Amino acid sequence: MCGIVGLYLKNPELESRLGEFVSDMLEEMGDRGPDSAGVAIYRNPAPEGGSKVSLFSTSSDEDWSARTAQASQAFDLEFDLEIHASHAILTSSAPVDEIERWIRSNWPDLRIMSVGESIEIYKEMGHPKDVAERFGFKNFSGTHAVAHTRMATESAVTTEHSHPFSTGLDLCLVHNGSLSNHNRLRNYLTRQGGQFQTDNDSEVAAGYLTWRLSLGESVVDALESAIRDLDGFYTFAIGSSNGFSVLRDPIACKPAVLAENDDWVAMSSEYRAIARLPDAKHSNIWEPAPAQIYSWERSNSDAGTQNAV
Amino acid sequence: MQFDLATQSLREINAALHHSDREEGEEFVIAHPKGTHSVAVGLSDAINVTIDGHVGYYCAGMNKNASIHIAGNAGPGLAENMMSGRVVVDGNASQYAGASGHGGLLVIKGNTSSRCGISMKGINIVVGGSIGHFGAFMAQSGRLVVCGDCGGNLGDSIYEAHIFVRGEIDSLGSDCIEKEMTPDHKRELQNLLQNAGIHYSAAEFRRYGSERTLYNFNIDNADAI
Repeated sequence: MCGIVGLYLKNPELESRLGEFVSDMLEEMGDRGPDSAGVAIYRNPAPEGGSKVSLFSTSSDEDWSARTAQASQAFDLEFDLEIHASHAILTSSAPVDEIERWIRSNWPDLRIMSVGESIEIYKEMGHPKDVAERFGFKNFSGTHAVAHTRMATESAVTTEHSHPFSTGLDLCLVHNGSLSNHNRLRNYLTRQGGQFQTDNDSEVAAGYLTWRLSLGESVVDALESAIRDLDGFYTFAIGSSNGFSVLRDPIACKPAVLAENDDWVAMSSEYRAIARLPDAKHSNIWEPAPAQIYSWERSNSDAGTQNAV
Repeated sequence: MQFDLATQSLREINAALHHSDREEGEEFVIAHPKGTHSVAVGLSDAINVTIDGHVGYYCAGMNKNASIHIAGNAGPGLAENMMSGRVVVDGNASQYAGASGHGGLLVIKGNTSSRCGISMKGINIVVGGSIGHFGAFMAQSGRLVVCGDCGGNLGDSIYEAHIFVRGEIDSLGSDCIEKEMTPDHKRELQNLLQNAGIHYSAAEFRRYGSERTLYNFNIDNADAI
């Protein structure tokens, strides 16, 4: 059992309260996943052509300023540093592929949690309420977020085993369920050049989507392929730079609730997380159908659009 | 009597509803459920309970005699193993509503999702809207009425429950077939619709039930084991 939360704000006036809403929803899903928690939040995009990297250090006295100075010197650019507990966000006009390659070769002791223009991923062990407080989620603003509370069933409880999992630039995945063909799929994806940090089944789902996207598929097409290739139980929420998508497996044992009103679109494992949002009681509430992809995207005009594909 | 889940604990409210001094027909209202699990479970007296809002998992489970009205939506496991009484949901309900129910009437005015009435054993379930896949899976007795459409595998491995459907069905499950709607069945269905307060004519429905080919061991299927 795990808990999933997704929130997409249609009303820009609410953006300053995104972190507060997501913290409330995460706390409400604490019973479903007390082992660890994580949030992917989309906000403050990097300058065009630039990059934003979320980094995690296991060292309690990590000198992030020294790291930032080192990167600035290497790229001859200014880096913006934001520190939240064990995580740091480095934003700059450095191209995303170059900075990622540089970090992997120069800072092998750090874990890259996400790369992209606007995504930030924070995840840690502990009760979701404590994790939210540790990172100070309540004060975060942003356009949308997906989050997860984990009750570990098939692999260890560590920060690396926690969700969300990065699946590519500005993309991430959270999962409630269990996959039964993840070992074989991991072997296959490794042969295709995929890299995995853990023995976790959800990381394989994320790696699978990364692989499909690298073949040129859209997120929706990659999810269509996932219905065919992933065996097991799942409710997925997938965050992207423009919005989020939701998919349940064809048997649909794992719960999911969607709700929408003029101000927001929310998804969660249970309604009680959505109940924490303003005017939730009067929103349109429904259960996503099995094997159907739902996605919301922020269009250029900043108006929310919903596509049930 | 008024209860409020914003200020009172679930255990306190359920304990009050279980109290031995309850009088027949006594009225209770529970405010601010906000998706809470297990609201009004295990009631055994003929009391009337209104829940003003949306509830989470397992609402009205194991109900006996009580009449429970949910003025909102219900989460998974609504009215599981109901023995008697009446449960009415104004909105939608999630998975396995009315599972393994032995008796009583469950009315869902909106839609419900997968496995509605799984292993039902005598409960009557009336759904004003549509249901998801695997409705009435292994249903043993009782009636499932669907005024809208049904997802795939309706009535898979069904025993002697009666299924009445007004709309379209994605697919019938193993051993479930359409059956003749006799005047007796029409009367049975019309009474049920009337009890549920849903205004359709029984003539608009078709009936489904067991072909009874799975009842006995068939040596030709031995290879499947």
